[in-house]
Amino acid sequence: MRAFDYIEIRVPAKPQYVSVIRLTVSGLASRVGFSYDEIEDMKIAVSEAVTNVVQHAYGSHEDGEIVIGVALYADKLEVMVSDYGHSFNFEEIKSQIGPYQEDESVELLREGGLGLYLMETLMDEVRVNNNEGGVTVFMTKYVTREQVKENVQSITR
Amino acid sequence: MNVNVQFREDGDTLLGYIEGEIDTYTAPILRDELEMIRLSEGLSVELDLSNVNYMDSTGLGVFVAFYKKIVKENASLKLVNLSSRLTRLFEITGLSELMEIGEGGATNARI
Repeated sequence: MRAFDYIEIRVPAKPQYVSVIRLTVSGLASRVGFSYDEIEDMKIAVSEAVTNVVQHAYGSHEDGEIVIGVALYADKLEVMVSDYGHSFNFEEIKSQIGPYQEDESVELLREGGLGLYLMETLMDEVRVNNNEGGVTVFMTKYVTREQVKENVQSITR
Repeated sequence: MNVNVQFREDGDTLLGYIEGEIDTYTAPILRDELEMIRLSEGLSVELDLSNVNYMDSTGLGVFVAFYKKIVKENASLKLVNLSSRLTRLFEITGLSELMEIGEGGATNARI
């Protein structure tokens, strides 16, 4: 028996589908046994990844697609968000992100660029692969130990 | 899913009640609503977020843009009645150090 269940969703890269993905992942995360706060964290992280594709990957093309793969394990959830659009330079973007600083000048405050920072803060692991076809973001979140014992059967049975 | 904003004037204070989910789909609606406010020197704007049940970085971007406009016009902005989830979002992004966030006093009364 495989150690995980895998669910894949494919949606048009349009803003109105971001909430659909968020709610789907939320439902799957509750099957694994995550706490309310962990699920809310994942909803934001997944939305950030999908929003990034919607806003940047396709430019003016309207027929782009996003593929979201979710692997449910007994003690963790893996989420993959993939586009077939333009690649971005992860290291370059990473150097430009991060939380706001108290002494930052108000006029110069960024109005974007927090997405990747939030993904890394709210998930346990985040990896970004640039491949020829596009960009894939892999994110992992682990269930805290006490919750796993109660819910382990729901996935492996 | 949508976002809804209602305003009420109370002396020198403009009270805004925001309701719903703020993501990349609804953020433009919120941004347009906030842009319609005619800011003047000394005006205080208080935004009640108690009924915002989801927000991500696109929502933060809208508030940052609005805050910049507020500062430029010598007005003031306070975000009130945030859920623990929203408070956490403003804290981990460092925005709670820059913007005024607190309890809504008389504004707890709903429209």
